[in-house]
Amino acid sequence: MILANPGAMNGGDEVVAAPVGPPQQLEWKFSQVFGERTAGEEVQEVDIISAIEFDRTGDHLATGDRGGRVVLFERTDTKDNGGSRRDLERIDYPISRHPEFRYKTEFQSHEPEFDYLKSLEIEEKINKIRWCQTANGSLFLLSTNDKTIKFWKVQEKKIKKISDMNLDPLKGVGNGSVASSSNSVNPKSYLANGGFQDRLSNDFSFPPGGISSLRLPTVTSQETSLTARCRRVYAHAHDYHINSISNNSDGETFISADDLRINLWNLEISNQSFNIVDVKPTNMEDLTEVITSAEFHPTHCNMLAYSSSKGSIRLIDLRQSALCDSHAKLFEELEVPGSRSFFTEIIASISDIKFGKDGRYILSRDYMALKLWDINMDSGPVSTFQVHEYLRPKLCDLYENDSIFDKFECCLSGDGLRVATGSYSNLFRVFGCASGNTEATTLEASKNPMRRQAQTPARPSRSLSSSITRVVRRGAENPGADANGNSFDFTTKLLHLAWHPTENSIACAAANSLYMYYA
Amino acid sequence: MAMIEEPLYPIAVLIDELKNEDIQLRLNSIRRLSTIARALGDERTRKELIPFLSENNDDDDEVLLAMAEELGVFIPYVGGVEYANVLLPPLETLCTVEETCVRDKAVESLCRIGAQMREQDLVEYFIPLVKRLAAGEWFTARVSSCGLFHIAYSSAPETLKTELRTIYSQLCQDDMPMVRRSAATNLGKFAATVEPAHLKTDIMSIFEDLTQDDQDSVRLLAVEGCAALGKLLEPQECVAHILPVIVSFSQDKSWRVRYMVANQLYELCEAVGPEPTRSDLVPSYVRLLRDNEAEVRIAAAGKVTKFCRILNPELSIQHILPCVKELSTDSSQHVRSALASVIMGMAPVLGKDATIEQLLPIFLSLLKDEFPDVRLNIISKLDQVNQVIGIDLLSQSLLPAIVELAEDRHWRVRLAIIEYIPLLASQLGVGFFDDKLGALCMQWLKDKVYSIRDAAANNVKRLAEEFGPEWAMQHIIPQVLDMTNNSHYLYRMTILHAISLLAPVMGPEITCSKLLPVVINASKDRVPNIKFNVAKVLQSLIPIVDQSVVEKTIRPCLVELSEDPDVDVRFFANQALQSSDQVMMST
Repeated sequence: MILANPGAMNGGDEVVAAPVGPPQQLEWKFSQVFGERTAGEEVQEVDIISAIEFDRTGDHLATGDRGGRVVLFERTDTKDNGGSRRDLERIDYPISRHPEFRYKTEFQSHEPEFDYLKSLEIEEKINKIRWCQTANGSLFLLSTNDKTIKFWKVQEKKIKKISDMNLDPLKGVGNGSVASSSNSVNPKSYLANGGFQDRLSNDFSFPPGGISSLRLPTVTSQETSLTARCRRVYAHAHDYHINSISNNSDGETFISADDLRINLWNLEISNQSFNIVDVKPTNMEDLTEVITSAEFHPTHCNMLAYSSSKGSIRLIDLRQSALCDSHAKLFEELEVPGSRSFFTEIIASISDIKFGKDGRYILSRDYMALKLWDINMDSGPVSTFQVHEYLRPKLCDLYENDSIFDKFECCLSGDGLRVATGSYSNLFRVFGCASGNTEATTLEASKNPMRRQAQTPARPSRSLSSSITRVVRRGAENPGADANGNSFDFTTKLLHLAWHPTENSIACAAANSLYMYYA
Repeated sequence: MAMIEEPLYPIAVLIDELKNEDIQLRLNSIRRLSTIARALGDERTRKELIPFLSENNDDDDEVLLAMAEELGVFIPYVGGVEYANVLLPPLETLCTVEETCVRDKAVESLCRIGAQMREQDLVEYFIPLVKRLAAGEWFTARVSSCGLFHIAYSSAPETLKTELRTIYSQLCQDDMPMVRRSAATNLGKFAATVEPAHLKTDIMSIFEDLTQDDQDSVRLLAVEGCAALGKLLEPQECVAHILPVIVSFSQDKSWRVRYMVANQLYELCEAVGPEPTRSDLVPSYVRLLRDNEAEVRIAAAGKVTKFCRILNPELSIQHILPCVKELSTDSSQHVRSALASVIMGMAPVLGKDATIEQLLPIFLSLLKDEFPDVRLNIISKLDQVNQVIGIDLLSQSLLPAIVELAEDRHWRVRLAIIEYIPLLASQLGVGFFDDKLGALCMQWLKDKVYSIRDAAANNVKRLAEEFGPEWAMQHIIPQVLDMTNNSHYLYRMTILHAISLLAPVMGPEITCSKLLPVVINASKDRVPNIKFNVAKVLQSLIPIVDQSVVEKTIRPCLVELSEDPDVDVRFFANQALQSSDQVMMST
């Protein structure tokens, strides 16, 4: 395995190894912001960030936006100081070392299109980005909009200067200009080397020592530039909108999921895919449930999980059969009898699922809460973290303005000890999920993330349940917002965020700005 | 700036275009690399061209692929085998690129060069290259290295051999599944070069590790290794070491692994020999035929005949035939289709009695299958059908099936059956080809789909060839000519097409007396498309008929058409006139 950042890995281990007492509550600090808005600046629709993803090492970060662009950032703090984190800590310098990123490059991944057969506009908005295996120093990633997945290679290319040509470069090489500059010869023979064959007849014999007057061009290059090239396009395989893509640990396949189907692709083959899950009923009127998110297990190449609009997560085993319509395991929470309302099903819909790094846990986000599931326990979630419980009285309004259908993403820290998800008013919440850790922090995506913190109770109330495995933690309900008269702003929602794979660092998107925090 | 003499101009352009901005021009230059090399001479090729290529390897994949291919046959241009080693560095870099097809080509070229290199050069240059790649930082290099061991191994001295085996076993345990897959794929080739003593120890332990890999995709490839390794081992070794692996693979959790076993089982049987096959592999095979996963059953069903051939009839009837019966009513149409394509081959194995008694009912039920592909697969193996059950029995059950397929609502099905009609005709003879089938052939000429009409016209021609002009005069020509008055011009055009195909088969006499008048008549059609097709048909008739007929009938007609108000008609009429002039001049 290639670890570009071994120090960071140790960092993760250290947290796990700390045996005494509950882990400390993290104190989050602002690190960086890209694309910060000035006061009163209006956000352009195309600039709104719609996907965030760290690569496996955490040295790169990609964002996608509604304008179909992908922007890459690279970590700067590891490259300069070579030593591992442990070494640095031993030196006991008070340097605050946290992941810092700089803009690397950007490219236009998708363009708006029109499907003439179905009279449908296809937005260029990037729905998901996934990093693939790095090779030869080039970066590879998959990006998708509603219909088309693309495989990108971003590589540093040398800018070449070519000199020492056989023919005067001023006259141009090869094409028309050479021909026109030389009247004595048949222009056709110089059009390209296609014409060369006719010209160099078979009886032309080369002298045994070669022709000394010919020379190879000299190529000099000093500068390099980053170029992104689209290597493959995986198109025309989805009738509905793609909501997820996910790489397999085997390094050669990936899945793409839309509302009703999940397809399996080989990265190298773009003209065929295999349908592995199909929940489309023969009669569309019987449709009650759609796929909302899907992800491969991080280490078992045969396992994948997908979530549904009814709040269930299905784990499937690709070994069982070619078409995995029957799941290996089903995770869902039984609804409390008598609590059913018009909104029950809407708010139960899972907007995102993520496997923890070791593949033991799955984190899911529905409209109201984050839930952590142990894949060995299908009777219910291990923990539940309330995120939007205070919105319960307002569901009717939220339904009216469609906010109830907002799809919030969730993420786990690399060490699996904490989880995070977004909310309204550009807030996001971080919860501790290790046993004994009752941490629940609300942060604002701004330069002062703890601004809202004062309003929340320092210690969240614990539920009475004594079972260690099934603790339902009530996060701070943030009642202050209402008390202060700041009603929640449903237009500023923080949907997308990602946790650095090895460090306590979160990147999150507030409209067109990318905020980074560390602890 | 060098002064380039005029004869060298093209080659100078070629060299310069190695670095042109236009990828197509670069690609062309790379494809002519041997010409460039000849122009430079071997010494400058070695000292300048090859290093130049090594340095300029960040080009587009298409160019790199072409370069990898060219370098594989480049030994003559660098001064022969003693200089072959200079070709290794550029190929080594190409072995590390991300694009799989480029790497594969580079490996192929390296193997080709390595196979010609002198032994001391292999030790000095090739083996270190393999070791460098195997220790590469990126998985791409390690993936490539796996395909080179079989070239490197045999000329290595003893100590190096040990090292190479160790490196290979490390590659089989690489962190990256891609590397393990490549190691599994190439294991058979490498094993073939390893001494028998090490084969039993080192290679077998590598193989066992691969068979227990937790990645399906690696285990899959280990199945292929089974057959390759089995062929290298002594039969008893094979039974002891390979057979248990095959049996356990055939019960693997992953359907893809079982699918692979089903596909490879025949080769595996060859590796272990007939006796163990009968005793141990029959149960495995039966299990695969009854697998839960349709994909596995498809693979297994497709091998039924091959498998029965290695068994004796009793075992086949006792174990395999019951499964075949089940498969003929399988819920998956693809399973039935796979079975239908091979089932007839079982007849000679089972013998006449078992065939009539047991196989025939299966065959007849497949012929009535609701899925057209199944029926088509049976009909396509008619030659075997005929031998087994005889024409009378066949015609009773075959005819309804054919008629139904002929009228299938999917035109591709109709097309498929049309293509079998001439075969049917030759197999079954004129007698079988009664009015019913004849009528079908005519009906296709009036199909709604162009491809079917086109195929139908061809079919008519092939029938005429099969049964001869006399038969055609009675059974084809009148019916075809009957359709010339169809009210739709597209159908009239089909008839013209059919006539142009039939004419060479029917010979000049019938062409002049029967076909030509119809064509001439069509020249007065009101649709220009018909008229210019008449011109085309007349052109095709010129070489067939007698010169006097050309003069008396065809040319006047063409002359008339050449004055038509429609430009296309005039064009084709003039073309036909010109060709008739040429025919006249040549005679």
